[in-house]
Amino acid sequence: MTKNSVAPDQDTLQFTVDGEVFSAKKGLSIMDACDAAGVYVPRLCDSDGLVPQGSCRVCSVKQNGRTVAACTQPLEDGAVIENESLEIKNYRRDLVRMLFHEGNHLCPICEASGRCELQAMAYRLGISQATKYPYLQPVRPVDASHPDIALDNNRCILCGRCIRASRDVDGKNVFEYVGRGIHKRIGVNADCLANTDASIDDYAMSLDVCPVGCIIRKGEGFFAPIGERQFDHGPIGSEIQHPDSRLIPVKQYDPREDS
Amino acid sequence: MEPSTYTQGIVQEACRRFGNDAHRMMDILWEVQDRLGCIDGQAMECIAAETGSYRVEVEGVVTFYAFFATTPQGQFIIRICEDIIDRHAGVEEIRAAFEKTLGIAVGQTTNDGLFSLHLTPCIGMCDQAPAVLINDLVVTGLTPGKVSKIVSTLKKSRNLNDIKPQSKGGLFKPGEGNNQHPLIRSMVKNNIRLAGEILLNTYSPEAGLAGALQQTPAEVVEMILASGLRGRGGAGFSTGRKWQMAAATEAEERYVICNADEGEPGTFKDRVLLTEKADLLFEGMTIAAYAVGARHGILYLRGEYRYLRPYLEHCLEERRKKGLLGANIGKTVGGQYDGEFDIRIQIGAGAYICGEESSLISSCEGRRGEPKNRPPYPVQSGYLGYPTVVNNVETLCNVPRILEKGISWFRSIGTSESAGTKLHSVSGDCSRPGIYELPMGCTVQELLDLAGAKDSACVQVGGASGDMIGRTEFGRRLCFEDLPTAGAFMSFTQTRNILEIVDYYMHFFIEESCGYCTPCRVGNVFMKKGLEKIIQGQGEPSDLEYLKDLGKTIIETSRCGLGHTSPKPILTSMKHFPLVYAALLKERPDGLQAGFNIQHALDESRIIAKRRSLIYDPDYSKSEKAD
Repeated sequence: MTKNSVAPDQDTLQFTVDGEVFSAKKGLSIMDACDAAGVYVPRLCDSDGLVPQGSCRVCSVKQNGRTVAACTQPLEDGAVIENESLEIKNYRRDLVRMLFHEGNHLCPICEASGRCELQAMAYRLGISQATKYPYLQPVRPVDASHPDIALDNNRCILCGRCIRASRDVDGKNVFEYVGRGIHKRIGVNADCLANTDASIDDYAMSLDVCPVGCIIRKGEGFFAPIGERQFDHGPIGSEIQHPDSRLIPVKQYDPREDS
Repeated sequence: MEPSTYTQGIVQEACRRFGNDAHRMMDILWEVQDRLGCIDGQAMECIAAETGSYRVEVEGVVTFYAFFATTPQGQFIIRICEDIIDRHAGVEEIRAAFEKTLGIAVGQTTNDGLFSLHLTPCIGMCDQAPAVLINDLVVTGLTPGKVSKIVSTLKKSRNLNDIKPQSKGGLFKPGEGNNQHPLIRSMVKNNIRLAGEILLNTYSPEAGLAGALQQTPAEVVEMILASGLRGRGGAGFSTGRKWQMAAATEAEERYVICNADEGEPGTFKDRVLLTEKADLLFEGMTIAAYAVGARHGILYLRGEYRYLRPYLEHCLEERRKKGLLGANIGKTVGGQYDGEFDIRIQIGAGAYICGEESSLISSCEGRRGEPKNRPPYPVQSGYLGYPTVVNNVETLCNVPRILEKGISWFRSIGTSESAGTKLHSVSGDCSRPGIYELPMGCTVQELLDLAGAKDSACVQVGGASGDMIGRTEFGRRLCFEDLPTAGAFMSFTQTRNILEIVDYYMHFFIEESCGYCTPCRVGNVFMKKGLEKIIQGQGEPSDLEYLKDLGKTIIETSRCGLGHTSPKPILTSMKHFPLVYAALLKERPDGLQAGFNIQHALDESRIIAKRRSLIYDPDYSKSEKAD
């Protein structure tokens, strides 16, 4: 086949999200295609500029009836995507609740409150009251050895963004997963953070990377007053979602929807 | 802190043996642990330096596998199999006997540095429970009396050989067949109760391989495709289709991996095939390699079966000598093939998840045994990025037989959708536990009758990730069309507590979840807590809905097969044994949450406040005086 015979639409494919028709470049993940189309797919472990890994599963969508992680699943031509169906929303709520209950997330005393993606995701998904799951209340060690950075592992949601940021952007490998199952946690490349080559200027330590209050920049706490914090201005996902999107970004939680 | 020169020397030696290759991390870690007793921070740092990786990466691998330790272990590491079958066979007494004679609890090491005691999930000896591993040595059919003999012998001689089975005298007798081979010398029994036509029967060695080399690789793939052979690991994917896809992927190298990470609780058929039919397996791997164009093969052997390694290495060496591995395989069996193929053995280290094919590949690559994202599938991009065929031991053993006897012979056995036979590992409450090779499609009841399971009330088909069924389902057929199974078949009588079994399986899945994705890592813990609440008599009818909903979220959103099946013990037992649950659930008339125990909740406050509760402690005034 010669180059000239390639029709312009051979590089694009069609798909629908919740009934609305979109087109996207070929070879994208569902999430990237949705982002480009101005459709927000909720996510926690995925972050711009990092390789997606599909671990939090909050970006679960249905593609042609099968539940997949939007960040790692390639978009198929003609795919029918369900993003905001009740079933998918309930899965996402369950997953976000699991993350809340796995760690110790006490928003009122947390420095990340207001710019925490876990908290913002809970609001977006309408989780605003005590949930049905038991609290695991872990007692994981806090590593405050580094002069500029502290790690409160009790707030870690294992998204691994710091691992990928340190490895792929900073070229350092300060972090890596250690342990298995419910005992899995983020390890550092020495006996404690102070003995690694971690620096406050690393991308991994920037506010863009840790979605919660696990990586703490010492001496900078509570830098934004209430009303001026990141998610005080708009719900998580506002920057991706098309302003004319017919979906209401924040919806009051309706317990009847949950059943 | 600078590592000691001793540690450094041993690590360097180990790393060099494997070419300082980080992809051989599993082998390096095994060797370091065998020589140093553990892999501590110093050792990790040295390994990282030698292999060009980071310390935390090494730590990530070490802490992923249950058989690797970061703190010093005893010379003899005793791992007690805590599987449900072993529990029913009295493993609590065995544990108590070990704890008493050693003076330590599970998880501890004796002060003299001789013994460490651990619990471990199914070690593949359910037909001869209770069983333990002492380093690589398997000890089965244990009694508390034998425990004290083992301990006193090892304390005296400090030599594991002294408790190895001996034909005359000695503490234990060797098992039958190849278990008596000088390179195995194990007390493990094969317990082959019924040999079927395909796998456990006699066969003409290398006839299948010779037949394959008479054809083109594509014809061999076509033949396996036409035979209808499906994966025996449980999922039942067409073997021929798998081979076809791997062969069709353009690549410089391709790999054939045999999955001998038989970790599903209650399964031990691969152990018997590895013991008795190793050559048939290697012949099958060679045919697969010829068919897809692979030069390299890996046998991934679970750490629990390390006792078979010297024998399997010997079999491989014999095959190399005979020209059945290496270059010029074709010449030996009279074909035209001038390609080469060889197999290495990769030892696992205690991780059920590595039975999942992409996790197994991660582990072979020297990494944490976590599943990979799909696509790409292993047949497109597997081991080190090359197209890789991963087949189960039993699947590969079928291959030479199909080549030898033909498609129609193979298809004449079993059912239309499930050709051939299936090996069943039968254990639990029955008089003849062991291995049964039956045509696909036999009923549960037929197998129960053969095994002498008279009063079976419940059968766990396919292991922890399978289905728990009751009497009304015993007419169902064991095949892909009806009740698929990876080979575990555990029978339980009415005297067994179904919820205890289910609770153990949930414990198993929590321990074995890799933790990569949220629903499997966290959700399974919540499933077990929900079940515990019911077992403790605090359940309400709404708890069943809670478990169903939570189970559905885990199944739908998990990343791999572990999470897709882990809620099944609860969900299938709820479906097939609803009355067991109903009997424990009560509606609370006072509207309080049944799971809430006010006395329990107050305990902590009493300690902090150093006084009792004015409202809830009737003897409040008395206690004031007492204090």
